[in-house]
Amino acid sequence: MTQSPAAFDAATAAVEAALAAGARYADARVVHTRHESMAARNGDVEDLSQAETVGVGVRALVGSSWGFFGVPDLTDAGARDAGARAAAIAHASSGVPGPDADLVPVEPQVGSWSNPVDVDPFEVSLSTKGDLLAGATSASHRAGADVAEGLLQAWDTSTWFVSSEGARIDQRVRKCGGGIWSTVVGEGETQRRSYPSYFGQYGQRGWELVTEFDLPAHAERLAEEARALLSAPACPAGETDVVIGSEQLALQIHESVGHAIELDRILGWEAAFAGTSWLDLARLGSLRYGSDLMTIRIDPTFPGALGSFGYDDEGTPATARDAVREGTWVGVLAGRDSGAVAGLDYGGSVRADGWARLPMVRMTNVGLAPGPHTFDEIVAATDDGIYMENNRSWSIDDRRLNFQFGCEVAWEIKNGRLGRMLRNPTYTGIGPRFWGSMDMLSSEIVPWGTPNCGKGQPGQVGHTGHPAAPARFRGVRVGVRG
Amino acid sequence: MSVATDTEVRLAEQVLDVLRGQAGAGVEAEVVVTRTELALTRFATSFIHQNVADLTTTVRLRLHLDGRTAGGATTVTSAEGLRDLVGRTLEGARLLPPDPGWPGLAPSAPAASSGTVDEATAQASPAERAERVRAFVDAAGGLETAGYCRTRFTRGTFANSAGQLVTGATTEAAMDGIARAAGGAGGAPADGVARASSTRLADLDGGVLGARASAKARAAVDPGEIPPGVYPVVLEPAAAADLVFSLAVEGFNGRSVNDGTSFARIGEAQFDASVSFVDDATAPGAIGLPFDADGTPKRRVELVRAGTTVGVAQDRRTAAVAGTESTGHGIGEASFGAFPANLALLASGSGDEQVHEVEGPVADSGVAALVAGLERGLLVSDIWYTRVLDPRRLVLTGLTRNGVWLVENGEITRPVSTLRFTQSYPQALGPGRVVGIGPVAPHVVGEDWIEADLRAPALSLAEWNITGGASG
Repeated sequence: MTQSPAAFDAATAAVEAALAAGARYADARVVHTRHESMAARNGDVEDLSQAETVGVGVRALVGSSWGFFGVPDLTDAGARDAGARAAAIAHASSGVPGPDADLVPVEPQVGSWSNPVDVDPFEVSLSTKGDLLAGATSASHRAGADVAEGLLQAWDTSTWFVSSEGARIDQRVRKCGGGIWSTVVGEGETQRRSYPSYFGQYGQRGWELVTEFDLPAHAERLAEEARALLSAPACPAGETDVVIGSEQLALQIHESVGHAIELDRILGWEAAFAGTSWLDLARLGSLRYGSDLMTIRIDPTFPGALGSFGYDDEGTPATARDAVREGTWVGVLAGRDSGAVAGLDYGGSVRADGWARLPMVRMTNVGLAPGPHTFDEIVAATDDGIYMENNRSWSIDDRRLNFQFGCEVAWEIKNGRLGRMLRNPTYTGIGPRFWGSMDMLSSEIVPWGTPNCGKGQPGQVGHTGHPAAPARFRGVRVGVRG
Repeated sequence: MSVATDTEVRLAEQVLDVLRGQAGAGVEAEVVVTRTELALTRFATSFIHQNVADLTTTVRLRLHLDGRTAGGATTVTSAEGLRDLVGRTLEGARLLPPDPGWPGLAPSAPAASSGTVDEATAQASPAERAERVRAFVDAAGGLETAGYCRTRFTRGTFANSAGQLVTGATTEAAMDGIARAAGGAGGAPADGVARASSTRLADLDGGVLGARASAKARAAVDPGEIPPGVYPVVLEPAAAADLVFSLAVEGFNGRSVNDGTSFARIGEAQFDASVSFVDDATAPGAIGLPFDADGTPKRRVELVRAGTTVGVAQDRRTAAVAGTESTGHGIGEASFGAFPANLALLASGSGDEQVHEVEGPVADSGVAALVAGLERGLLVSDIWYTRVLDPRRLVLTGLTRNGVWLVENGEITRPVSTLRFTQSYPQALGPGRVVGIGPVAPHVVGEDWIEADLRAPALSLAEWNITGGASG
């Protein structure tokens, strides 16, 4: 295990070397990550991977140009070489320089942070995990799933951050989660049911989170529902009122709000790859994003949510703020450089996927504030509509406006009651129009975790949290199919 | 900089030695050591805003002991780090339930090549990448630009306890960028794209790519909408590459075929007779190591011959289930299956054809010839964010990007705004649906979550299902 003094020494050496090579600002992160992943299928454990990686990533600012270098070498010589190479890359960047820019001021922090866990997921034996997955997938397979799969993952990440401004921060984040999936193969199509969600549920909690799932209790139900979907009527095509379950709504928030409020996208820094945003900074504070029920919080302090931290990867302390307040766009996810370019006085949402990747603007926990209703009240208040649950596919345009989601399952709502199961439900729309149609929102918030948010070049995988609850949307186009 | 893989071979042998010391000679084990030097210079709003590099050696171990299988990985290559890797992987294998699907180790067999390495690319400096960015920006003629220039040098070694030892190395250079023209009358800006990849950085001309992206962007300003419906389309190579990628991941994956979730049926004429798919990591100019994660040497594999599906990608595990042999497409994850990372949809030409730049938004003369044959339809530069609605029919939804134009009587008549489509890919390539295939199939290096060097020609397709526009 990497020890704090040695890690801080390596980070400090890297920063010193970057400054000596001409950087006017530098920071370095030593990161030590353990990742465990176990996958099972039809009662057999097929994959177990236990990975460990340790290294230092250095960021150097020369003039207005950045450079970054990462290496898995914490020796003094290795760290100093990394710092010097980061500065040299920044010098090369100045061949195509940008406008003068500074960083949003942050009081240099000296501190520590870690998330609480009741049961360290790495202390739970592999046999326990293997038996859990094998048992659940076996039960689902026996109950009729052609392919029953399960996945458990856990991470333990320690970070030591040092900046040339005097920051010195260490953090330890432990998180875990997983889920099970049951697929049946019919004539010309497949159907699938998942629990707790399409990708599983993840959080900054210990093994107690997985225990709460009670995966075996859901194994047979998934197989039966997937089998029933094969003969269920297709989701009708047209416009109707749609009630969306909290897991699907979490992804809706992620795609059509979370990414849209990333300041690097708004500024055009992701134009060629992840895309831009339909949001115009000139309308921050006045633009209508949705109905009055829509309040979206950026909250890296949300206990147990997957995107929480004490400090972001630029050393900015975690701070909660509104992104959308009662339907009006009021905040963004920002970093110190993008915030300065935009004339804002905050950053705080910059994160990196390990030591080998550059910190960039990322979601933390971005989610809905609770509404005044319950799921039962929403269904009871709906005369004619469709309830959709669990994501199956997602797609959205490069400005984060035009989206289409597919869900695993839907049920008719007739006269305030759930009715027939429907297969292949999809819905599509335009972000602000869709959010503007939200007229009922439940108070039953769940902090869903997304463990697979891709962004950046080279690619980075981010872990984000999305508190969400069931909600109703009026006049939504459904039933799009190829 | 050395192409020699001695260091990686020593690390692999060291891991096997430690393992034998801890578990005895009876353990079955595989070790993969990769050393990757990745550098990427990224630009946006016409300046370099991110410029990164890392040098990482990763050691992966997979072992099978007493009927149980476990894997592990580390970037800590000290003796202690390797001992830890072996220790925890052995512990995993002892504690897990049995793995009846273990297919055994790859037998000893030489690789067909050592991979393609360009020494200059392996040693490329940040300044060389910045020069290409400068050229792209300058060639855009004042339009805002964004994109990247990347170089990657990978050395790899595979060793297993059955005596298989293969090594290889590969270089890759890629450049991908857009130019952005301001929208008229307050409208959204219009983007044009150009991209290229090769084993040699010297093959990438930022100026040519910047000029092509600029021409596309200027021709895409003030787009109009069109109603949803079924349209004939010409997909440029950047767009056609998504079909190749999706077929590789979902369709030709031996695991999906075993499960019955793939459309692929060997022996059936599932595609138009003009369609042939081949995966070949040994071809000249191919990017990638010459062996897979199981240690199986890569070779040329036909998947579709003149419209008939004749094979699928297999790793050792999927092959064992199917009762066949591995085709060398393992990625080391049983839960994923087999992936043909060098899949190519074969071009219509003999391979010696050359295409050249042309005026206007069309990518090159090969695409222009397909457009000329389109009575009324759409020219699509690029598609993205495609997701599978139904794996069995391989129906995907996605969006156009970086330029769409209406074509009438073989002429581009006006730009069209972003379109959503929902389309079965095998159906789009099905019998009678392929009007024409471009004469060249450029390399398209993947950006996604899995490394790939795909090749896709432009395609003229009779039907493409547009299900929505920018406004819904």
